Amino acid sequence: MSAPTAWTVAGVRAALEGKKVSARELAAEFYGRIDRRNGQLNAFLTLSPERAYAQADRIDAAVARGEALPPLAGVPVAIKDVISTRDIRTTCGSKILESYVPPYDATAVERLDRAGAVFLGKTNCDEFAMGGSNENSAYGPVRNPVAPDRVPGGSSGGSAAAVAAGLAVAALGTDTGGSIRQPGAYCGVSGLMPTYGRVSRYGLVAFASSLDKIGPLAANVADTAAVMAVIAGHDANDSTSAAVPMPDYTVNLDKPLDRLRIGVPEDYFGAGLDPEVKEKVQAGVALLERLGCRRIPLQMPHTDYAIATYYIIATAEASSNLARYDGVRYGLRVPGSTLVEMYRKTRERGFGPEVKRRIMLGTYALSAGYYDAYYLRAQKVRALIARDFADAFQKVDAIVTPTSPTAAFRLGEKTSDPLQMYLSDIYTVTGSLAGVPGISVPCGKTKAGLPIGMQILAPHFNEGRVLQIASAFEKAGGSGV
Amino acid sequence: MKISRGDVLRVAELAHLGLSPDEVDKYRDQLDGILTYVEKLNELDLGKVEPMAQVLYAGSGDTHPELREDILRPCDVAALVLADAPDAAKPFFRVPRVIEK
Repeated sequence: MSAPTAWTVAGVRAALEGKKVSARELAAEFYGRIDRRNGQLNAFLTLSPERAYAQADRIDAAVARGEALPPLAGVPVAIKDVISTRDIRTTCGSKILESYVPPYDATAVERLDRAGAVFLGKTNCDEFAMGGSNENSAYGPVRNPVAPDRVPGGSSGGSAAAVAAGLAVAALGTDTGGSIRQPGAYCGVSGLMPTYGRVSRYGLVAFASSLDKIGPLAANVADTAAVMAVIAGHDANDSTSAAVPMPDYTVNLDKPLDRLRIGVPEDYFGAGLDPEVKEKVQAGVALLERLGCRRIPLQMPHTDYAIATYYIIATAEASSNLARYDGVRYGLRVPGSTLVEMYRKTRERGFGPEVKRRIMLGTYALSAGYYDAYYLRAQKVRALIARDFADAFQKVDAIVTPTSPTAAFRLGEKTSDPLQMYLSDIYTVTGSLAGVPGISVPCGKTKAGLPIGMQILAPHFNEGRVLQIASAFEKAGGSGV
Repeated sequence: MKISRGDVLRVAELAHLGLSPDEVDKYRDQLDGILTYVEKLNELDLGKVEPMAQVLYAGSGDTHPELREDILRPCDVAALVLADAPDAAKPFFRVPRVIEK
């Protein structure tokens, strides 16, 4: 049997325009693939064939009429289950929203819809996007398609696994502390965290509002850019959406990397970094040098404080955001004889262990007498971490690091010790705290064949540069360094 | 020890979280470990550092984003919202009695 077609955004477009395939046939092909693989992978929680075929039929009608096709016409996409989709169940990987059906589309989803994408369904994730392995989903873990005894990363594990297994051409994920980049690295796909404010959060179920971003995952950089071009841009429905002009993310993808200054922070290559990952990312940096970049050593002195800072700020914001799940307006309700008893029972049964742990930690950090010692202190260190980036970007055009200290670990390997799980976010939480954009691109494999990710970070609103470097790297054979 | 069993119970009450006795012990241990780890932030001299209260535009120098126009838009979603409520008595959400007679 021949390998299934590796569909790309451009490939779908050419096939539709050349009438080689209809959007409906393509959707059916992807549902066939999901049918065969999802039992093992558990990447999708909900399928939405009714909406997908309606979207596909609209595209097929446009093809039949000879109309110009929108940018993502007929492209089968998957959407992480923390992003609201009209009339499609949105669980956030939580029992508390097991039967929740949003009455509206998130802005990013609405823009995908307008761009002609076909929504296959909703992807599994850590509950409320809290986790780095997808093992915190109330609906069971996702398996890594490259090595099914291993995690796909998290929290956007279902989105990364779906793309890696060819069950979707592209997917939306969300990144709060690494949740797009790290699963991208573990599954061997590209995943972009946009600048804070670049993609509207309207309709994204909130975890940590000062850190949450929606972004794309895809099998290659060009497709990542194509999805980013559709979902990004100002939105009046999100007060933290930036009114900064939008460049065309697709035009610079073939531009050479002449004399770009690439900062390599020593602090990201020290203790705790797996030697195989280190070797490959150093080989990745060497490849960028051969492509014309200049390598500049950097110091980012507050890197070591990022995990502590992140886990105070993110949990504090989560404890506030998740107060809304009280059984009153939507989602699960467990009856109680008083209002407060109803709240307590609903939240006890509805939330899983990691969500409870973070609500507890965040509530503690914000509680009377502790606010200054924890939350305020963390907000100050966050300013220092952001300053590390601002200082670095005085000297360099982009920063290159490993995405994660290791390749994908085994299911169950880190579940018993939450702090150890948190520590593996070290290379991603820094950029999250600073609010800058970053991508993870495939950068070689371990001897056991597990994908390794290289992270490229750039100044605020420079997604175009991130994508340009990632694209040149990919075309020069970066995934096989 | 950073956090006691009593602290855990107090925080659970603030967060409206019911916890089993086993969970109280487990979270006490785990939160204690995490709070001990985050003490490393005390190594830094933060006397002159302003907290980062705003992320948007943090790197662009633009601190005065435009406000959107204040225009009236229809938002007729009450029926849709109530349709998804655990216990609705239109036009209200019904909850257990709050005020005693």
